[in-house]
Amino acid sequence: MQEMRKILIGFGLAVLLTALPFAAVVGHWVPRDATLWLIAIAAVVQILVHLHFFLGIGFTGPHRERLSSLIFACVLIFIMIGGTLWVMGNLYQRMM
Amino acid sequence: MIAASDAVEEQIDSETEFGFWLYLMSDAVLFSLIFATFAVMSTNLAGGPGGADLFDIKNLAVQTGLLLISSLTIALAHHAAVGGHVARAAVWLVVTCILGAGFLVLEVRELTEFVVKGAGPDRSGYLSAFFTLVGTHGLHVTAGLIWALTLIVQTTLTQPGPRLLSRLSRLTLFWHFLDIVWIGVFSLVYLPEFL
Repeated sequence: MQEMRKILIGFGLAVLLTALPFAAVVGHWVPRDATLWLIAIAAVVQILVHLHFFLGIGFTGPHRERLSSLIFACVLIFIMIGGTLWVMGNLYQRMM
Repeated sequence: MIAASDAVEEQIDSETEFGFWLYLMSDAVLFSLIFATFAVMSTNLAGGPGGADLFDIKNLAVQTGLLLISSLTIALAHHAAVGGHVARAAVWLVVTCILGAGFLVLEVRELTEFVVKGAGPDRSGYLSAFFTLVGTHGLHVTAGLIWALTLIVQTTLTQPGPRLLSRLSRLTLFWHFLDIVWIGVFSLVYLPEFL
């Protein structure tokens, strides 16, 4: 029963966090830059919601070993995406 | 004796599941590199059409909705299987397959339309990166669909047991992972183009 509640809460939050950026884009609620921030924040929060409610990630519970490998993957992803954007951005500026 | 072999089986299952989790993490690294490539290429239009000229927000909304609901249905399938309701799990898996297939049909239709319009992957760096990212995600969804169909057949042909549940657990992880990647796709690739 508790598992079921977790699924439904996760799904409800995911729907909200998907509908919010779509509505902001269609409705032009706020200026362009603010909308971009809203899209980015909603995406990050929704990823966390999926990880916790659907993939069982948490500081406690049966899947704690998943958290450490996830953090390791995030470090790799940060270095590779950050590094790519840094190097290519730098190159682009020097080519101007 | 039986209890001992059950415990061994459970140990193997939990190790298999963690191994699969590690595969997912490496897949996340793969996708993040394709995202980085897309970010670098996003302004290289070579005079060709950009996302603002090509994308349709209704199509995107339906695709996103289908994948999001399929995330719910596969979680319900897993929940039913854990509770021992194999038939119910099979029904939720069928629903998941229909939703996943609907997503793929819309995606293939969209990409075909772009190619017909002359906005194929050979048109510009931007479109190459776009087709690579969306195509890789689509291929993963196709693999998940084949996996789900295989499991549906297995639930009808074989005795339900821990093996089947273990396979379904991994498929559930895979499917949720693909939905997470799609969050990145619609937030980074599609939505900013409508502003």
